[in-house]
Amino acid sequence: MKIMQNARVQADTDTNRLLINWLLSNRQISTIQRDLKTGPFSPFLYPMGKFCFSNAANGQTTEGDGKDKETISVTFLDKDGEEKVIKVPVGMSMLEAAHENDIELEGACEGSLACSTCHVIVMDVNYYNKLEDPTDEENDMLDLAFGLTETSRLGCQIVAKPELDGIRLALPAATRNFAVDGFVPKPH
Amino acid sequence: MKGGLLFRGWKTLTSRGFFSLNDKSLRVCVIGSGPAGFYTAEKMLKAHERAEVDILDRLPTPFGLVRSGVAPDHPETKIVVNQFSRVASNERCSFFGNVSLGSDVSLSELRDMYDVVVVAYGAESDRSLGVPGENLKEIYSAREFVWWYNGHPDCRYMAPDLKCTDTAVVLGQGNVALDVARILLRPMSELQTTDIAEHALVSLQESTIRKVYLVGRRGPAQAACTAKELREILGMKNLQVHIREADLVISPADEEELKASRIQRRVYDLLCKSATSHQGHDFAGQRELHFIFFRKPDKFLPSEDQSRVGGVRLEKTCLKANGLSGKQVAIGTGQFEDLNCGLVLKSIGYKSVPVDGLPFDKYRGVVPNVRGRVLSSDQPENVNIEQGLYVVGWLKRGPTGIVATNLYCAEETVASILEDIDNGLIASPSGSPKPGRQGLLQALEDKNVRFVPFGGWEKIDSKEKLEGQLRNKPREKLTTWDELLKAALG
Repeated sequence: MKIMQNARVQADTDTNRLLINWLLSNRQISTIQRDLKTGPFSPFLYPMGKFCFSNAANGQTTEGDGKDKETISVTFLDKDGEEKVIKVPVGMSMLEAAHENDIELEGACEGSLACSTCHVIVMDVNYYNKLEDPTDEENDMLDLAFGLTETSRLGCQIVAKPELDGIRLALPAATRNFAVDGFVPKPH
Repeated sequence: MKGGLLFRGWKTLTSRGFFSLNDKSLRVCVIGSGPAGFYTAEKMLKAHERAEVDILDRLPTPFGLVRSGVAPDHPETKIVVNQFSRVASNERCSFFGNVSLGSDVSLSELRDMYDVVVVAYGAESDRSLGVPGENLKEIYSAREFVWWYNGHPDCRYMAPDLKCTDTAVVLGQGNVALDVARILLRPMSELQTTDIAEHALVSLQESTIRKVYLVGRRGPAQAACTAKELREILGMKNLQVHIREADLVISPADEEELKASRIQRRVYDLLCKSATSHQGHDFAGQRELHFIFFRKPDKFLPSEDQSRVGGVRLEKTCLKANGLSGKQVAIGTGQFEDLNCGLVLKSIGYKSVPVDGLPFDKYRGVVPNVRGRVLSSDQPENVNIEQGLYVVGWLKRGPTGIVATNLYCAEETVASILEDIDNGLIASPSGSPKPGRQGLLQALEDKNVRFVPFGGWEKIDSKEKLEGQLRNKPREKLTTWDELLKAALG
């Protein structure tokens, strides 16, 4: 795994830098703060099977009424560079959190690790290093992700934990990559 | 049915209400209901609030290759149909199954009816090898074999003979090749709880095939599969994997290729790991998977009684740099060897089929286009854009990629459509609104075509799931046109 990571091509890094520069230059000032709904998971995300992460964590309530779980702050940068800051309960995956907050992160396989559509780019390598290493299975899917970078992960595999408070995640600028980078689709 | 049609027509008319009266609807027709078609519909509906999208399919069932291509033992890959079903339930979206482009309605008719027509019907044929003996019995395209085990009604009666031989040769080393090899080698206990078609399950249960050879023209550094599929087959229980160690030695040119591609690097690493870990183990009775690199088919040999294929003559190859692309190509060396077998599956690529009125690049097998806008000519000096006609998916970029590739592909095509709307390129020249769905309903009624609405598919779906329950399968697919139409419309 380490070997693979070291050997990643220079092109990936360049793409990453370009993408991040572009995102930063396009970033809009409007920052929308939203509180996470405390209701049940959306029916869309419910049948997540073995990769379903519960948002319940024992003894992590912070408020007196005991209803609110401990949350972390996560910033999503969408394809147009617009920022959205959301609160994510510890234990919840970024895919679930995105969908609960109307962030347009695709999730074709609903978190079952069978697609690469919830690909996100961790904007700060320090945060990236706080994540567990991707499994072989996640790397197999990242192989097929568009605009892969050194700090790419699948949103369904990043689970909120206290150390990740303040993490910034960018959605790959899909259309741009498809058109500009001369992506050659891999055989089916 | 006639009553049904009329009722449906009336309902559609009233539900359009305001927009119809103002003639501001954007009438969109998507031909093909696979991932490319559904992603296009989804993005169109999202991006344009007055878009009405009709999705046509020649089959009574939607979802294209998610139903008939994705392997039965990959249920997670099929979860995306939940998303597509939500698109179909959008009140501005309608599904018209059992409507065949060309015979039931022509492309030019559809272009007269709709402001925007997007062709998304994929690739329903196969590339051929063009070597002698290709027409011998028991040589199939992998596509046909996949359609057969996935219950596609057009391959229901294919009946490959799996009982006369212990050896199958698969030509090609892409993911489709790995799929068919895995289905041939997988223990029955693991297949019988999938949605594999019952006729295929019965046939595989009686199968005598124990060895599968996967033949590729180039080497392990160029294998066309993905790591996920390779990891899966290499990890199969009771399967002996054979890889010649000499084939794993790579040249400096190979190293360059590996450096440039993360996916090829990971595939190569998996093959190396597998070659060493399988050394020295030899269990009798195990099924065998052989990776054969650097060989290309020269001719097919008949069986002794001449009734079917009995083997493949392979020519050894070596790699030569292709100056233009930087990729290495396989060149024959003039050395031959024969491989005996009783079944051949050609997994060398799908091919799109043109229809009347659609520009088609025969050489590349795609519709000439710029970012999804169909071009009337593939000659660079004489290019015109076909107004209101777009392409997406395999028909646009060739038969490669995974389900998610279509997401980005559809995004690009929809962006082109929106740009053309903004630039006033979509408005009908006469100024009068196009009939859209009403026109289609009328045309189908005139031709007495019984289309299957999404509700009809839902009836098929419930019936299949119910019958599946009885056999501990997620669904028992209906596999004949008759059964499907009866369930949908009966």
